[in-house]
Amino acid sequence: MIDYSSIQVPGPTITDLSRPFWDGVQDSQLMLQLCDSCQQHVFYPRPLCPHCWRGELDWVSASGHGTLKSFSQIWKPGHPGWLPAAPYVVGLVLLAEGPTMLSHILVGSHTPCVGDPLVFAPTKVAGRELPFFQIIK
Amino acid sequence: MKHLNPRAALVGIGELKPQRRTEGISTMEMLMQVSAEAIEDSSLSVDEIDGLLVAPQVGETPQHVPATVAEYFGMQPNMSNMVDLGGASGPGMIWRAAAAIAAGQCENVLCVIGNHRNTPAPRSPNRNPAREFDTPFGASGANTSYALLMQAHMAAYNCSPEDYAAIAAGSRANAQCNENAIFYGKPSSIEEVLASPMVASPLHLLEIVMPVAGAEAVIVSTAKRAETLRHPPVFLNGAGEKITHRAVSQAPSLTSGPLKPSMARALTQAGLDVRDVDFLSLYDCYTIMVAATIEDAGLCDPGQFGKWLKENGGMGPDARQPINTHGGQLGFGQPDLAGGMTHVVEAVRQIRGTAPNRQIKNCQSALVTGNGATMSEAVALVLGADL
Repeated sequence: MIDYSSIQVPGPTITDLSRPFWDGVQDSQLMLQLCDSCQQHVFYPRPLCPHCWRGELDWVSASGHGTLKSFSQIWKPGHPGWLPAAPYVVGLVLLAEGPTMLSHILVGSHTPCVGDPLVFAPTKVAGRELPFFQIIK
Repeated sequence: MKHLNPRAALVGIGELKPQRRTEGISTMEMLMQVSAEAIEDSSLSVDEIDGLLVAPQVGETPQHVPATVAEYFGMQPNMSNMVDLGGASGPGMIWRAAAAIAAGQCENVLCVIGNHRNTPAPRSPNRNPAREFDTPFGASGANTSYALLMQAHMAAYNCSPEDYAAIAAGSRANAQCNENAIFYGKPSSIEEVLASPMVASPLHLLEIVMPVAGAEAVIVSTAKRAETLRHPPVFLNGAGEKITHRAVSQAPSLTSGPLKPSMARALTQAGLDVRDVDFLSLYDCYTIMVAATIEDAGLCDPGQFGKWLKENGGMGPDARQPINTHGGQLGFGQPDLAGGMTHVVEAVRQIRGTAPNRQIKNCQSALVTGNGATMSEAVALVLGADL
């Protein structure tokens, strides 16, 4: 198993706009923006709704459920800090609410497949909780 | 046909031999050398260059790039700009040059792009939102993005690893006819491609371009001026462009990209069916990119690129529709953002009939594609010998 708590890797570059997302992860909550006009969820955080450009965006709790749209087992990481963790799996998570986010995928004993169901699995990396996802079969 | 008026022609080309590493040189001096080659090739005089299009320089000249290059060159252009479309920047320059000429702002536009590769290799500065929402998960760099695109394509259509590896092997085979290619003298079989180390599954090392130093230049002029110059003119008969996203997580599709509408518009402008194009000069940062482009072009149904390639007789100059005869970037090397321009330069050679050791018989037309970021920035050009 990978010891994520000890690897030294770049953390997120948080802004005032995105802070509710990252604060939510520290509290084991997956937070998304929701447009009060077109009722579509928004990821990543924006000042205005990129779907309709009309409504106000409110922060709401997401279900934490998603589906694996694609994945890759990374043998040669783009950032050297991730070398001790390689090979590891990253994937595209189609959230139940509609948006897609990239995340680190905890595969456990599973061989990942496109379409696998996923659940939000906050994981401590270099002193900070990150919104990883875990395969549930 | 909805051609720009006046018609534009590609009248000069320059290309520096790719180098695995450089030491102690500047991108600026490479750009000047390759520009001199293109101006000489065109038979224009340097004083006639009145337009200048440049690209971002990784690790050098972050801002004011057009003015910095113009000053270095001793030029005072009437039109100048930086085209920032990743690997699509080169092809993106060509139609912008034609548009600037059609707008009456200039007559002879130098399009130049290149990069050194001194130690340590220059890296693009990380940018949000990818820096905030991709990098922290262990996903940085293009390899991860294209691995995700390839895995999605494989899962959707059940294509085999051999299908994709055939593109790398075909590119290496073509590179054996180009002594300037970085992999000249180094062919690779499908088996060797699949035996190379896994970098980001399902991408093997030999399915990924080799980064090199290099530079490319193309001069665009009016069709009228082109008639008085050294080489038979190569006309810009159609162009199309589309930008859909930046980060792979935000892609509207993982199996089809913005080249699809771009190629359709370029071919419609040129009045040409893709099956009648003599030469396919297709952007190939990874094997998956060529596979998706063959399918997006409508040459075959989605998922059928492997079968189509076999029926096409491979990728060489004798294939039904030859692909990337210079070796593609998979065989030639990827001179950073200039990689996309290698596909333009090779198309000009083929249509002129001057491609050394690899000339396609009676090549009258070419489809050129450029692709940037995560299959998200697309430019397609149709070039041709006939007005």
